Amino acid sequence: MKILEIKDLCKSFGKTDVLKGVSFSMEQGEVLSILGSSGSGKTTLLRCINFLEKADKGEILVEGETIFSGENSDKISASEIRKAQLNFGMVFQSFNLFPQYSALENVTLAPLLHAKKSPDYKQNKKKIKEEIIAEGKEILARVGLLDKLNNYPCELSGGQQQRVSIARALALKPKILFFDEPTSALDPELTGEILKVIKDLAKQNITMVIVTHEIGFAKNVSDKIIFMDNGVIAEEGTPQEVIDNPKNERTKAFLNLVTQKE
Amino acid sequence: MSIFITVTLSLLEGLLTTFKIFGLTLLMALPLGLIISFGSMSRFAVVKWPIKTLIWIIRGTPLMLQLIVFGFGPGLIGINGMDTFVAVMIAFVLNYACYFSEIFRGGIESIPKGQYEAGAVLGLTKTQVFFKIILKQVIKRIVPPMSNEFLTLVKDTSLANTIMIYEITWNAKRFMNSEHILWPLFYSGVFYLAFCGVLTLIFGYIEKKLDYYKG
Repeated sequence: MKILEIKDLCKSFGKTDVLKGVSFSMEQGEVLSILGSSGSGKTTLLRCINFLEKADKGEILVEGETIFSGENSDKISASEIRKAQLNFGMVFQSFNLFPQYSALENVTLAPLLHAKKSPDYKQNKKKIKEEIIAEGKEILARVGLLDKLNNYPCELSGGQQQRVSIARALALKPKILFFDEPTSALDPELTGEILKVIKDLAKQNITMVIVTHEIGFAKNVSDKIIFMDNGVIAEEGTPQEVIDNPKNERTKAFLNLVTQKE
Repeated sequence: MSIFITVTLSLLEGLLTTFKIFGLTLLMALPLGLIISFGSMSRFAVVKWPIKTLIWIIRGTPLMLQLIVFGFGPGLIGINGMDTFVAVMIAFVLNYACYFSEIFRGGIESIPKGQYEAGAVLGLTKTQVFFKIILKQVIKRIVPPMSNEFLTLVKDTSLANTIMIYEITWNAKRFMNSEHILWPLFYSGVFYLAFCGVLTLIFGYIEKKLDYYKG
């Protein structure tokens, strides 16, 4: 079964059509990279899937179950949206860490709040909290930050902050992890450490969607590449197909431009 | 010497009333201010515009006039027996809640959208996002303007003397009439100064406490 299916997603802001019918699907454990120039709709696509924007039309299915349908999008309640959001994890370009919390607190905040809803929370409060904190430490260790547990975001480098934000997303065990240009706010040196973390996650069979401008990295880590242009998918396929032998003129032009710069 | 002691005791007695106005105003105006700030940011015009109008009227007229309206207004329209102190509290709470609400609004609106979005993608409710993520950052940002308002409130309590509340300034003025001396009024300044000094120290401490993070 497909873990994620997107069908004919459309979104306009006022008179500007940003997504003009985007469809794609993913298998469990797949890594999908979305390429395209600025304004092609990549970020809007991610934001619509994560319910940060409401798509005007189209459907989103997770493991065959419809979690969003443009036809009755007004009827979805806030709690249904929250439940659907928990299928996904999101890593932002600008990290969006909570500045008043330490690295560990950033990671454990949401799990601790969600745990309050479980029926045995009152009896096993202490045990549940300890488990969540132990798990948070373990996740931060996975992204190489075991020695920064108690540091605040302002005390961390950009790369370390982004690793905390990856850990924060992982802590809720999402089915799919989305990255919105995770390295665009970082210098080349720090970019490397984030790309390494994402590569490690790919090895652990975590399903990921990555919006990126790092062509070389996308080619290296992805099972599938989508090239977006002007609100539609211009080309999709394996990295060999899309990056090495692009057929679409826009893809060719974009890759030429980017590789020239590199 | 005995007159100095009499004046000091009288001013200390007035100070208690000053404390009472100060404390009760904060206790009620801070939460009310937060509610008014939500109202002024409401998506619904029927909520937003009446609240905005209220803020405009309260901030656009002198507090002394508001004290007189609430102090003597009820009697004019036939409602007698309202305690003067209650009138003072209504005027102070309403006035300060409106000023606080604008500080809260400024603080809340200064928090980047990304903080709300990060909370949303973690499946948190709007209430959880506000109280667990946004509010603490707002508090840090509004400490300096809040300290201004607190100090202004200390001194504004003296306005209560216009509707016969026996706070420090009233008690000091009393000696002008009874003893024909002016210095108790100057002396009353020392009490305000000391009170504000303590508050300044407390706010300095809070700012330092919140200094462990940036942003």
